[in-house]
Amino acid sequence: MSGFTGYIQLVYVLTAALFVVGLHLMNSPVTARRGNQVALTGMVIAVIATFILLIHDGTVTATGWAVLICGALIGSGVGLYAARTVKMTAMPQLVSAFNSVGGGAAALVALYGYINSESHAGGVLGTTTVFTVLDVLIGSVTFSGSIVAAGKLQGFIPSQPLVFRGGRAINFALAIIAIGTGAFLFGTASLPAMLILVLAALAFGVMMVLPIGGADMPVVISLLNAFTGTAVAMAGFVIGNWALIVAGALVGASGSILTKLMADAMNRSLANIIVGGFGTGDAAVAIGGPVDAHVRSIAADDAAIQLAYASKVIIVPGYGLAAAQAQHGVAELAKTLEDHGVEVSYAIHPVAGRMPGHMNVLLAEANVPYPQLKEMDEINPEFARTDVALVIGANDVTNPAARRPGNEISGMPILDVDQARSVIVVKRSMGHGYAGLDNELYYDAKTSMYFADARKAMTDLTAAVKTLVG
Amino acid sequence: MSTALLTDLTIFILALLVGIEVIGKVPATLHTPLMSATNAIHGIVLVGAMLIGVSSHTVVGYILGFVAAVFAGANVVGGYVVTGRMLKMFRREAGPTATGRPEAESLHGHKGLRGLLSRAGKA
Repeated sequence: MSGFTGYIQLVYVLTAALFVVGLHLMNSPVTARRGNQVALTGMVIAVIATFILLIHDGTVTATGWAVLICGALIGSGVGLYAARTVKMTAMPQLVSAFNSVGGGAAALVALYGYINSESHAGGVLGTTTVFTVLDVLIGSVTFSGSIVAAGKLQGFIPSQPLVFRGGRAINFALAIIAIGTGAFLFGTASLPAMLILVLAALAFGVMMVLPIGGADMPVVISLLNAFTGTAVAMAGFVIGNWALIVAGALVGASGSILTKLMADAMNRSLANIIVGGFGTGDAAVAIGGPVDAHVRSIAADDAAIQLAYASKVIIVPGYGLAAAQAQHGVAELAKTLEDHGVEVSYAIHPVAGRMPGHMNVLLAEANVPYPQLKEMDEINPEFARTDVALVIGANDVTNPAARRPGNEISGMPILDVDQARSVIVVKRSMGHGYAGLDNELYYDAKTSMYFADARKAMTDLTAAVKTLVG
Repeated sequence: MSTALLTDLTIFILALLVGIEVIGKVPATLHTPLMSATNAIHGIVLVGAMLIGVSSHTVVGYILGFVAAVFAGANVVGGYVVTGRMLKMFRREAGPTATGRPEAESLHGHKGLRGLLSRAGKA
């Protein structure tokens, strides 16, 4: 590396630095937008520098340029359209799709380099490093796995865990084939073996995600995000580019942190989720059971009285709220209460939604100011000083049974809703949550159940509060 | 083990540690935008597709390069645009009712001149 190429490498170092600074600025909503712009700047200068390098080299054919530019433009157009039109409830699918194409592109870079170097002196073997194999392997798994995850989230692949006999044996066999072929490639240059590796990895990606249930998606998306980052870093090793190595490492770190946070918040180990454990359902699809005699039911007017005469209300939103598209209704109810002098905040459990932090985005879209969005550790001590906790579409994360040993959710971090002076739960029925457990909160003497669809409930409650205070 | 490989590995490990340090500080409120921002960042694979894609002169090579460019292009542009869209929705205040809340003021101590200016602009 000398002269011109050296200067270009310096630009890549600058890009890597801008990525780090950009991510650092994401540590507060105040600076986050600037962070995104800083990272974008890093990306733009890296692309420009690469263009200059290619022009300087002068080895690119006219067809090569046409292919590259057309491809990038078409991709950009598709990405732009998707990013502009996507609904915030569909963010997890979009992130999954971007994981997929990112992993796919990283795998293609290695694959392309491998095929290309066949014609060069020294042959393929010289370039078959551990990184080429890892890049192709991880990139392919990410590509197909993310497509299945996006399909499950979008609903064109059933979100229930698809388990069939012999599924684990097939997974095991695929893993052996992929790893075995990878090891074989270190000693022998073989394009067919490389293609077998790709196919086995693609099949493994599909088989890995298919048995995972919809409610585990926050973990899966985070994990695939970490995979994509790793694949990109491996691509960086293959072509010896620092910008790719640093960017890939940053994304890998981010994905790993989020994966661990999500798995902890669901009280499950990563291995347990991948292998497929308890629970087949989806918290949003609660199927009605009989209403228990001990449960106190409440109507809109009575609930409105409790809310309007409270001095402090905490709203606990769960995925059921997003599924019912009730986030705007909640925001309106909260605003009405605030105008009346009630202090309102939101308690956000880490797994509320279908990806890390999803609920915050849904509420931000409904114009809820972010200082009202409180993280679990921040809000839990406040429940004791709260007059009414309004639980909407959240179940397991409010179940006090988690504090006792001996059940499926033991040890799971929960919101201390039961410590509020009174609790109103908006729910369609007494159906179980994802863990399949009865929620003891519902049988508490200070809890009232408001059986209704979340969206309709919010409209009715807002109207009732307005009548009371207006 | 070559010097180049050793350098690459050093950079990888250090970047991983920096990533853990920096990203560990991102609040849960911003985890979705964070994930979509890192999505955009791994779109840097576009540079990889450019560097390696144009070196081929075969039909298979052109096809693979084309697909890689489409994927990476979608990744970069889509990632940044949707992150920007999301972050634009995060507001300190919804309307006149939320102004002057003490915890809203103290939550982020270092909002700086820019934050003050944008607040003044809204008021």
